Amino acid sequence: MYVAVKGGEAAIRNAHKLLADRRRGDRSLPAIGLDQIVEQLALAVDRVMAEGSLYDTELAALAVKQARGDVIEAIFLVRAYRTTLPRFGYTKPVETSQMAIERRISATFKDLPGGQLLGPTFDYTHRLLDPELAEDGVVETPDHRVEAPEHTPRVTDILGHDGMIEADGDMPEGLETGDLTREPLSFPLERDLRLQALARGDEGFLLGLAYSTQRGYGRSHPFAGEIRIGEVEIELEVAELDFPLTLGRIRVTECQMINQFKGSSKQPPQFTRGYGLVFGQSERKSMSMALCDRALRARELGEDITAAAQDEEFVISHSDNVQSTGFVEHLKLPHYVDFQAELDLVRRMRGEHERRESENSETKEAAE
Amino acid sequence: MGNEDSSATTNAGEADFGRKAAMALLAQATVQEMKDFWAHWADKPQVETLRGPETGLVMMRGRIGGGGAPFNLGEATVTRATVRLGNGAVGHAYALGRSSEKVRLAAIFDALWQEPAYRQTVEDTILAPIAQRLNDNLEDRRAETAATKVDFFTMLRGDN
Repeated sequence: MYVAVKGGEAAIRNAHKLLADRRRGDRSLPAIGLDQIVEQLALAVDRVMAEGSLYDTELAALAVKQARGDVIEAIFLVRAYRTTLPRFGYTKPVETSQMAIERRISATFKDLPGGQLLGPTFDYTHRLLDPELAEDGVVETPDHRVEAPEHTPRVTDILGHDGMIEADGDMPEGLETGDLTREPLSFPLERDLRLQALARGDEGFLLGLAYSTQRGYGRSHPFAGEIRIGEVEIELEVAELDFPLTLGRIRVTECQMINQFKGSSKQPPQFTRGYGLVFGQSERKSMSMALCDRALRARELGEDITAAAQDEEFVISHSDNVQSTGFVEHLKLPHYVDFQAELDLVRRMRGEHERRESENSETKEAAE
Repeated sequence: MGNEDSSATTNAGEADFGRKAAMALLAQATVQEMKDFWAHWADKPQVETLRGPETGLVMMRGRIGGGGAPFNLGEATVTRATVRLGNGAVGHAYALGRSSEKVRLAAIFDALWQEPAYRQTVEDTILAPIAQRLNDNLEDRRAETAATKVDFFTMLRGDN
């Protein structure tokens, strides 16, 4: 028998009204604007864009505001929004070698063409809370150094010339680029689909897995070959024009991880690679993505699969925080009928258990 | 739709190059710039909207390892519009973001750019200032980044 129960409309309405009130908070304080969130909470906006898998700073800021700063809730809102829009097409791949660079570092080469550019980094700060920031003090304008633009080749291209490192990853000839927003995932995956899933995957989950590889669970001896942050141009081919159209520029973070590889029967010893590419300024995420990408290539490189980070189905099935939160949080929803059934079942089992116990003790007594 | 401007076929490659650059600048204009340019445009043509402005998504792609096979990185909002001017010239515009007004005006300027009579004016009064602003921003960022470049120096030790 199925019994439908209704009710709670007024409670829900009032709960949402209360949410709106708490979100606004103390009315004597000015409300924060989306432009303030975009400018001053830029990295939260970047994370929402990356894991929401939708590049639009204003929408991401709105999501952050609506979610009261709950980043995963904001990501959820952005994902829901994207389903309401038609898709115009696939862009040409971004050319990170042509990036307008805002930060670029290599942990493998000190003196590399283009140099080590620190950019706006938290590195080398002392991580001491700054009381001056609590006041609205004047912030100095940054220093300028005017010099001729220098060629900034990718570190992997420098190493690539003498075969010490594998080439950029190729896919089998004629393979159509996978798109997990169009086709449900079916394992095993090709590397392109894995990278798409990792690019939108939860930063915390990927960070934990990346850390696990460093601690020995699927060790891969990584070096940060290069990290670069900056803007790349987006180009789209459209039916009505004979040339690819420039749509604008987006900021991305790219990480080239370089890993040891002892070689196999097919390949000589050389450095292998893991790749990370993420919307916005997100170094931690791009590094974690690159480490996970490399770990997940175990099958391709003929390595033993012994650790969680190497298990494609485990990693990719649990990396999406919207899916994860949906399934974990659905436990809050009414399960009254399910639970009634379980309760009856446990009562019945207990009854049987007690009956067996008493029967056992009777037979024991009889035997004695 | 397509290349209605038959005079452009004489040197289509060159015209395409010019138009590609023009449309790239219009895509990167701000809505305020577009509104200001339109407000100052003297001889406003009749404009018929053929499509949009409408907002949708594009799936942006990266390359494995930076230069290898493509993969899908994530989407972005894009707004597009197509307009026809009173004299029949058709203009298109596509830009990242959701600004309908900017994109509608950009499509009008694209149509005007295709007309030899207006091209120079569009280049000088609209495209040049946008290009200047974008270039100034780029130079500024580059100089700010260059100031954070590490200058390594070696401490000489010993006496040989």
